[in-house]
Amino acid sequence: MTDFEPKIITFLCNWCSYGAADLAGVSRFQYPPNMRVIRVPCSGRISPKMILAALRKGADGIWVSGCHPGDCHYIEGNYYARRKFTLLKELLEYQGVEPGRIHFSWISSAEGVKFAQVANDVIAEVRKLGPAKHFIKGAPKEIAA
Amino acid sequence: MIDYTENIRKISGDLLKNGKVDVVIGYKRGTLPGINEPFLAKTPEDAEKLVWDSQCRLNLANYLTGRKENVAIIAKGCDSRNVVTHIVERRVTRDQVTVIGVPCTGMTDKNKVKQLAGGEILELTEKNGKITVKTRKGERSADKSELLQSNCANCLHRNPVINDIPFADPVPEINTARNDDEIKKIEAMNPAERWAFFDDLLSTCTRCYACKNACPLCYCPTCFVDESQPQWVGKGDDPVDVRTYHTLRAFHCAGRCTDCGACEAACPMNIKVRLLTGKLEKSCYERFGWEAGLTTDVRPALDTFTTHDPEEFIK
Repeated sequence: MTDFEPKIITFLCNWCSYGAADLAGVSRFQYPPNMRVIRVPCSGRISPKMILAALRKGADGIWVSGCHPGDCHYIEGNYYARRKFTLLKELLEYQGVEPGRIHFSWISSAEGVKFAQVANDVIAEVRKLGPAKHFIKGAPKEIAA
Repeated sequence: MIDYTENIRKISGDLLKNGKVDVVIGYKRGTLPGINEPFLAKTPEDAEKLVWDSQCRLNLANYLTGRKENVAIIAKGCDSRNVVTHIVERRVTRDQVTVIGVPCTGMTDKNKVKQLAGGEILELTEKNGKITVKTRKGERSADKSELLQSNCANCLHRNPVINDIPFADPVPEINTARNDDEIKKIEAMNPAERWAFFDDLLSTCTRCYACKNACPLCYCPTCFVDESQPQWVGKGDDPVDVRTYHTLRAFHCAGRCTDCGACEAACPMNIKVRLLTGKLEKSCYERFGWEAGLTTDVRPALDTFTTHDPEEFIK
């Protein structure tokens, strides 16, 4: 499995973490190209069904990042997100999803360094776990003629 | 012990007669012995059909959603907590609802009753805490305490949390702390075992949606299972779709579930879906000190926050 390149679906909030990704880019900080970024208005916008949909379509890892608590553009969106993620992470791990599959972080738009660092960590952890095993919807076994 | 059925009929009849409410949500005898069915009594004559015993497993708060008229509802402990949830979530107003609270000593598990009978149940009677079932082979009886649903045996709130017409004295609580033994057993497994456990648990699911239809928390005009653009979950019996459905269904109940057991009582395949909702309630309790539906003054767990909520898992 040495040539395994994980696909990581990354949800970034428009106001902080997406800015951080931008900053990491213009600052030329290095991280592997395993991420597929989806920009969302707020980390509070993320619904569990989006995370499951990503896994279902073949993501090996999920990373959700938003503004630091207290810095949300919508004042309190990330506080709600934090509660939601707490429960979702516990529910998915309870069902057998490996702890290193799903990641959350707070990264402000000034933290380009942190962005590159967390990106490296997330990619390394998912790479170690290998391809996703759960919640993937395969092709139907047989197709009626 | 006072007769619950007599009291319920009298109170409901009076409420309907003097026009205080337009409908009383209660139970009447079902077509099969041992299963009572939800019933909306709209006239004083209807009220005579209302019954109460240990076979009222469903949650009547389910029938409150979106009602415009004045409603009275017969509510055991868990139902009353769901009435509170409905009020908090603004599905009904407090003024609109008259709660006829029933201190509850638990409902019988349909499977345990079936097992006790060992054949087709022709008649089921209940007297002084004893359940007697009659089959073609004869009669068998057992203590109700042995036949309780597991959520009733572990119940923390047997008495209604809101009660407008208390007709009976509160019953003593039987538990003081959550019993999460079954959930802890699963948590102790390794991830692969846990995945296999739930695969096995959900393998018989036919996606009939009885669990969500019986659930008083499920009232979205369009359910995520019916959404097609994008389609979040497939409609077939593919194990991944089944798992996705149950995961999301449980998540929608997070911080709202009162562990009334209606989902399991309604499940025709006897799947223990409460193992999923129970885990979330356990997390809510441990992480946020939250129990659903105890007061109308507080927003549900996922509709509120504190600035110091746990976040050790966030980078």
